[in-house]
Amino acid sequence: MRNSVLALCAAAIAIPAFAAEIPLAERRSGYDFMSRETRTMQDDDTANPGMLWVLDGEALWKRKAGVADRACQDCHGDAGTSMKGVAARYPAFDAAHGRPVNLEQRVNACRVDRQKAPPLAHESRDLLALTAYVGRQSRGLPVAVPIDERTKPFLDAGRGTFFRRQGQLNLSCAQCHDDNWGKRLAGSVIPQGHPTGYPLYRLEWQGVGSLQRRLRNCIVGMRAQPYDFGAGEFVDLELYLMWRARGMKVETPGVRP
Amino acid sequence: MRRIVVAALVCVAANAAGEDSIPSSLTGAKGDPVRGRAIVTNRQVGLCLLCHSGPFPEERVQGDLAPPLNGAGRRLSEGELRLRIADSARINPASIMPAYFRTEGLTRVAPAFEGKPVLSAEQIEDVVAFLKTLNE
Ligand code: HEC
Ligand code: HEC
Repeated sequence: MRNSVLALCAAAIAIPAFAAEIPLAERRSGYDFMSRETRTMQDDDTANPGMLWVLDGEALWKRKAGVADRACQDCHGDAGTSMKGVAARYPAFDAAHGRPVNLEQRVNACRVDRQKAPPLAHESRDLLALTAYVGRQSRGLPVAVPIDERTKPFLDAGRGTFFRRQGQLNLSCAQCHDDNWGKRLAGSVIPQGHPTGYPLYRLEWQGVGSLQRRLRNCIVGMRAQPYDFGAGEFVDLELYLMWRARGMKVETPGVRP
Repeated sequence: MRRIVVAALVCVAANAAGEDSIPSSLTGAKGDPVRGRAIVTNRQVGLCLLCHSGPFPEERVQGDLAPPLNGAGRRLSEGELRLRIADSARINPASIMPAYFRTEGLTRVAPAFEGKPVLSAEQIEDVVAFLKTLNE
């Protein structure tokens, strides 16, 4: 018996602890795993509930705010031109913070520094509306976060988080999203975990939520302690997910079950 | 009670030496298969059907990340089942199956679960007793 156990252990050690990252050609958006009805809902702007947030975002884009009494549009002009492709390359390095910041943080930096207005709360209707509106301007464009010597350490940190086992259930993101995608976790098909649709309308939420809200759902499921909204670890994880999805198309605002 | 649990945890640790089973009950008593079945099928308690399927016609959604539980009691002895539930990593360090009776070596456990095993010694005995009834 002991010998067979040793053989088993040797076999286990020979298998790498983590399967490799998904080959580029095999990557699939969460969209591909959805029912036909939900896909139609995402594709049809008149049926996609996320478009209500986009419309709100458009109004906010044009509305003057803060002590500076300036609108986003006063600095950036037409979002269709100035914001095209922006969401596809976030989180992006921000010299003032010395680290990558995500789109929510970028919007709030403009609110505070340029509009002289208070920052918008995480998951508030206005912040989701503005990020959905800015994200919408990149719909269909390929994800392309620039990785250079400044962003590389943060990408590596995010990758570390993705592969680290966490929580009482001792699971890593990679065990589900690299090793077991396409299989069923009880009733849900496990998607590959790509960030391409965010912020998006989730039927379960009955509303729009950010990528970090979605990640918190997975982390709570692992019975791990979630990172605070906007925490560096979270932004690094977002950066890794975007890099992992490089070349895939932005879907914002997506729809998910 | 506390002493039994500590002794049981030590017993799990002793298996690091390369044993393939935990031969004796974690509580010193036999488990109850009826309670065990309820634990296995409960998605908040046993969580087993997130990954496994089994002979549970009333459960509409069952996972397929793991081998079906059908016949587990025929394939594995009581002690082998106990080890696989208490600490599956002893069999396969890369296993996705959570260790149900281990509290050390974990990272960023949510405060509500800190220091607690997924199942208690009693619950594990109930699950083992139930799995032993799965003969086909
Ligand atoms: C035990 C399995 C499991 C683990 C561990 C897990 N997830 Fe998930 N994840 C899922 C499932 C299942 C869904 C889809 C849920 C649904 O749609 O109902 C999902 C959804 C997602 C999505 C949304 C994808 C989309 O198309 O909208 C992202 C992003 C994601 N996970 C990232 C992560 C990250 C990052 C981690 C680790 C911090 C993680 N997940 C841990 C099972 C898991
Ligand atoms: C997150 C996934 C997951 C959960 C939850 C889970 N298991 Fe497993 N289980 C597995 C996998 C995968 C295997 C296959 C061996 C391995 O990879 O460790 C396994 C193996 C087993 C085996 C050995 C099967 C055999 O035929 O050798 C038994 C018995 C078992 N599990 C019972 C349970 C019970 C009972 C529960 C709940 C109390 C449970 N599992 C929860 C994933 C899981």
